[in-house]
Amino acid sequence: MLILTCPNCGITAEETEFHAGGEAHLTRHGPGASDDDFEKYLFMRENPKGVHFERWRHVYGCGKWFHAARDTMTLEIFGTYTAQTSTIPQDIIDKISDRRPDWQPPETA
Amino acid sequence: MSEPISALNGAVYNQGIAEVTALDPIGMISIRGDLAAGYLKKPLKKITGVAMPDMRGINLDGGTGVAWMSPDELLLICPYADVATNLETLHKAIGTNHALAVNVSDARAVFRVTGKHTREVLAKLAPVDTSPEAFTPGTIRRTRLAQVPAAFWMVDTDTAELVCFRSVAQYVFDLLKTAAQPGSQVNYHRG
Ligand SMILES: [Zn+2]
Repeated sequence: MLILTCPNCGITAEETEFHAGGEAHLTRHGPGASDDDFEKYLFMRENPKGVHFERWRHVYGCGKWFHAARDTMTLEIFGTYTAQTSTIPQDIIDKISDRRPDWQPPETA
Repeated sequence: MSEPISALNGAVYNQGIAEVTALDPIGMISIRGDLAAGYLKKPLKKITGVAMPDMRGINLDGGTGVAWMSPDELLLICPYADVATNLETLHKAIGTNHALAVNVSDARAVFRVTGKHTREVLAKLAPVDTSPEAFTPGTIRRTRLAQVPAAFWMVDTDTAELVCFRSVAQYVFDLLKTAAQPGSQVNYHRG
């Protein structure tokens, strides 16, 4: 069971009040992109055992989207942050680094 | 003009650990836009007389007030008969600005749950900390009741009011009756 805090309304609730929206920080290759880039955007996803970044929606609450950083193995939530960013905020990176000293931030767009 | 009738026409359940009542229709106007804008704040103050609610707040005075629904959404609550007038006031103030005010009264059903076990009746159905310390009068919680969306707030420490979609009114009434059935008290919030 995941306990998430929505940064849009401040509610902390368990995951059934939310809806998972898949991997975060994808680069959206559009018209004119190469077939390889377009395939990567449409189909290729990370499936890590450990630190992962996801989009979530507070579907039964305020209705807004946000980002979450969590560990797929321990279900630890490192933090949630605004959906209005394509990069991972430094304070989230710092929190993860505190907990997982060997972890390296991914390259995001 | 035809009389507004609630989905369950005033159904009452009072054989359990809390009393559940389907209330008569109330006026509800959904408002979306920049909540800091004067063209929303001014007409709302004029209509309700209450202050703009903070995040997750609900300010009610009698049957009229405003609830915070999301960073760009408010719910104006008022007597059913006042909806048309209030909508006109809002639309006049909004003018050509990018904001929306729409009558959702007939899309909703309203319930009251009252009695000393009210908080645990709600806690059985929603992933919400309904303890008296965490969930106080003046806050509204948008959440789910079992499988459908709902929102509720405490009118006083033992009384909650609850809104859901009209199409699931019977489902929600049945849920509340089940959660309030005789002998089902948990006494979690009362030691
Ligand atoms: Zn939220």
